[in-house]
Amino acid sequence: MATWIFYILGAVAVIATAMAVTRRNPVHAVIYLVNSFFALALIFYLLGAPLVAAWEVIIYAGAIMVLFLFIIMMLELSPGEDADRKGPGPLQWLPVLLIGGSLLACTLLMLQLDPGGGQELPHWYASPRDFGYALFHEYALAVEVVSFQLLFAAVGAFYVGRADERKEKMGDAT
Amino acid sequence: MIVPFHHLLVLATLLFLLGLMAVLVRRNLIMILIGVEIMLNAAGLVLVGASALWQQIDGQVLVIFLMALTSAEVSISLAMVVYLNRRKKTVDVRAFDELRG
Repeated sequence: MATWIFYILGAVAVIATAMAVTRRNPVHAVIYLVNSFFALALIFYLLGAPLVAAWEVIIYAGAIMVLFLFIIMMLELSPGEDADRKGPGPLQWLPVLLIGGSLLACTLLMLQLDPGGGQELPHWYASPRDFGYALFHEYALAVEVVSFQLLFAAVGAFYVGRADERKEKMGDAT
Repeated sequence: MIVPFHHLLVLATLLFLLGLMAVLVRRNLIMILIGVEIMLNAAGLVLVGASALWQQIDGQVLVIFLMALTSAEVSISLAMVVYLNRRKKTVDVRAFDELRG
């Protein structure tokens, strides 16, 4: 039963992602991507990672995609100046298809050559307790480094996104 | 879970290629960032699958670090999108090709 659920969810994830990358309207793309992330979160749950599944929904679908939506609405892009209005031409599709096709072919060939990787995944379940123990004992230093990284990202985003001070001063002077 | 590890890898490869396609083909800065998101998610899928295959929890811990990295990357890059849009009033990547201050 879980096998069929996995294949259905995989198909949903791939189709939703394909719809997302081909939409012209970024808002539609973000909504399709939220669907894809929900499917991926259920796949994570099937793979025995319930905490990662919850964080996939909370962080990816909840925080990051809402940030995208917020920025799209804040920019107030007029529909006339659509960057992809004319659509990608064959000159753009050709290298993409070459690179993507060769990558996919190499992956499939490697899977054919690999004798051990075809084994079925064992039934496994990582409880949030085990997860938290591993995260805050074996990886405590990495948690600190990541928290610093988040702080630097917040400072950097504030620095890049601040209003132009020179222009404001000039506006005061005139 | 009665799924071969290969099928999981094929699913992750397909998702990764879709993200790569979005990065290479699209000209909208926001769609390029969405493509990067899709690729990072495919990497996370492989990590969780490997964690289940070898029954080690380290793969899942790595996914949490991947999520932290993604949120940091998204916050900075979306701030840069706002900055670039303020300069040139567009999110078309072709407008930002001069590489000057």
